[in-house]
Amino acid sequence: MKKIIIILLFFIFSVQNANSLIKVDITRGNLDPLPIAVSPLHIDEKSEDLKGLKEQKLGEKISKIVERNFKSTGLFNPLKKDAFVQKPDIAHIKPRFEDWRLIKAQALVTGKILVKDKKLKVEFRLWDLTAAKEMIALSFTTTPTNWRRVAHIISDKIYERLTGETGYFDTRIIYVSETGPKDQRIKKLAIMDQDGHGTKYLTLGNELVLTPRFNPTNQLVTYMSYFKNMPRVYLLDIETGIQEVVGNFPGMTFAPRFSPDGKKIIMSFAKDGNSDIYSMDMETRKVERITEHSSIDTSPSYSPDGKYIAFNSDRSGLQQIYVMRSDGTQVKRVTFGKGLYGTPVWSPRGDLIAFTKVRKGRFYIGVMRSDGTGERLLTENYYQEAPSWSPNGRVLIFYRETKSDSKGKGFSAKLWSIDITGYNERMIKTETDASDPSWSSLLSK
Amino acid sequence: MSRGLLFSILFHTFVISMTALTLPFMLRNPVDLPPIVSVEFIQITDKTNIPFAPKAREILEKVKKEEKRVVSEQAPPADKAKEKPDRIPMPEDKKEIKKIVKKKQNPEEIKPQIRQASEFEKKELFDPDQIAALIDKAKEEQAETKKKSNKLTQSSVKNSFARGLSLSEEDALRAQIFGCWSVPLGLPYDEKLLVRIKLKLKQDGTILKSEILDHERMNTPGQSFYRVLAESALRAVRICQPLKVPPTGYERWKDLQLNFDPTEMLKG
Repeated sequence: MKKIIIILLFFIFSVQNANSLIKVDITRGNLDPLPIAVSPLHIDEKSEDLKGLKEQKLGEKISKIVERNFKSTGLFNPLKKDAFVQKPDIAHIKPRFEDWRLIKAQALVTGKILVKDKKLKVEFRLWDLTAAKEMIALSFTTTPTNWRRVAHIISDKIYERLTGETGYFDTRIIYVSETGPKDQRIKKLAIMDQDGHGTKYLTLGNELVLTPRFNPTNQLVTYMSYFKNMPRVYLLDIETGIQEVVGNFPGMTFAPRFSPDGKKIIMSFAKDGNSDIYSMDMETRKVERITEHSSIDTSPSYSPDGKYIAFNSDRSGLQQIYVMRSDGTQVKRVTFGKGLYGTPVWSPRGDLIAFTKVRKGRFYIGVMRSDGTGERLLTENYYQEAPSWSPNGRVLIFYRETKSDSKGKGFSAKLWSIDITGYNERMIKTETDASDPSWSSLLSK
Repeated sequence: MSRGLLFSILFHTFVISMTALTLPFMLRNPVDLPPIVSVEFIQITDKTNIPFAPKAREILEKVKKEEKRVVSEQAPPADKAKEKPDRIPMPEDKKEIKKIVKKKQNPEEIKPQIRQASEFEKKELFDPDQIAALIDKAKEEQAETKKKSNKLTQSSVKNSFARGLSLSEEDALRAQIFGCWSVPLGLPYDEKLLVRIKLKLKQDGTILKSEILDHERMNTPGQSFYRVLAESALRAVRICQPLKVPPTGYERWKDLQLNFDPTEMLKG
């Protein structure tokens, strides 16, 4: 009997002992950008026109774009190439991890390009240097002129592997290019790569254009134009250049946006000092009235599932943001803060709504949850508005104007981007002054 | 029959003791205690208690004496105690005196008054011997506190043997890993973000083996952020090598579990 009890007691104590593993909670870390080494892509010796390729330094150019993309996120710190210890061709086969760790890199990108039958074959690898492990290895084939997009696609894949989110580098931005003095601005629609390269102008600048927005496939753009001094919403096919008026409204239409499935355009229609929200079916051209209120309802934006619409309205006296079901029922006010709220844009992730807020003469870009809670103001300035989301819902692009002096000089309008954490605010270079940016979705999915 | 009963009793005591032991772990909502802020006390008496050179000591003692004087001069004299001897009690004052007398019956209440009065007197009848005695007393007190603090550290060491790492040891390790861990910024705000890593360490603090405990979650679709987070934690541990572990007691920290959780940081 005693023995059994002793055995039992022993068993119980041994259970307790097994639980006494030392545990340490790590609840903080640093937000320093991850040091990453991007080795220039090695040019395969079997390539056609090897000499020409080497002269072009295509491998270096691609790696430079990748580096610039990483740097722009604020999440990565691309290391200087003169510290690199291994040649690109050797590193691509199997890097000497200790050597790379020596320059404090935590990740390494290597790659190889081969041109054969006039096709560009690109291969790249991402290495985790601390674990001495390959993280991804991919290869794809494309036409050689597409080399810039190749760099962006590589950036996207690596970004995705290291952050857990989809990238946003292989994207384009449409905006309104502005030139000339402030009272005689010439405004054209312009489109460029996300990094500011390859700008193309889509309109001639004969009439005022505003608020361009992509459709989900990035083929069509809807915008507002003052063609023949009649402000209306237009539709433009980027490839064919064909433009057409959207709907047959007896008055001014503005603030257009596509639905997430691309089948509808939602916009405001103003008549007799009152404006309401309407949608038009792209196929049937049927127009549907969504809000019916004596106040000014405008800036509609669909939620990514298409079930809700956020818009701003002055029905409470001051301009505030409201959310309703996409058929116009269950209208609910979501902002109650001091100041004016406008230009709501639903995040592609669906969790947040970005907005512009005006208070005491200052302009803020902020985000909040779709029910209006958790408002966070990311940036404050003299004049800035029109936020647009990156396709992964991580970064906002908007435009900011500077004050002109008493002589009317010093005025400028530029595109800026900011991370939704409020960090990493940076200006995006454009050929001219720019406003009303809209981010496309990923071109390669 | 009796054997059956015996087994039944044994079985029941076993079950009851097991439940008694495990029940606390099954509680769903642990009490939400504010995080423990650990403060590390460093013994500086060793550095500050260096014996002074004779001359310096003289000067110092002079200064100390002066200080003592100043202190006692500044001490508010107990008015009533002072007034008592040289004032003839007036009829109006009588009430007050009565009060004081009443108070005297309660020794606890009067204590501070008495003390103040005696200090006052000391000041008037200045006696260097007494000051010296005071200094000696102060020294004794210091020695006592020193002893006490020694006792304290000894007991904490004992504790750490029983529990694992001491607070300062844990802090050193934690601070080291804080510096190595670059938290991925793309984490969602409303998901559980705990990554538990179990380590087997060598005596010098380098890692023999590392293992992510919730491994299956790394390949769950829609949870790709978790893999990224887990990898960042692993990277942190590897970069930090060798870990700052205590120089002794290898047995108690050779197996170590690190719980990485950036939730608080992301909210802040």
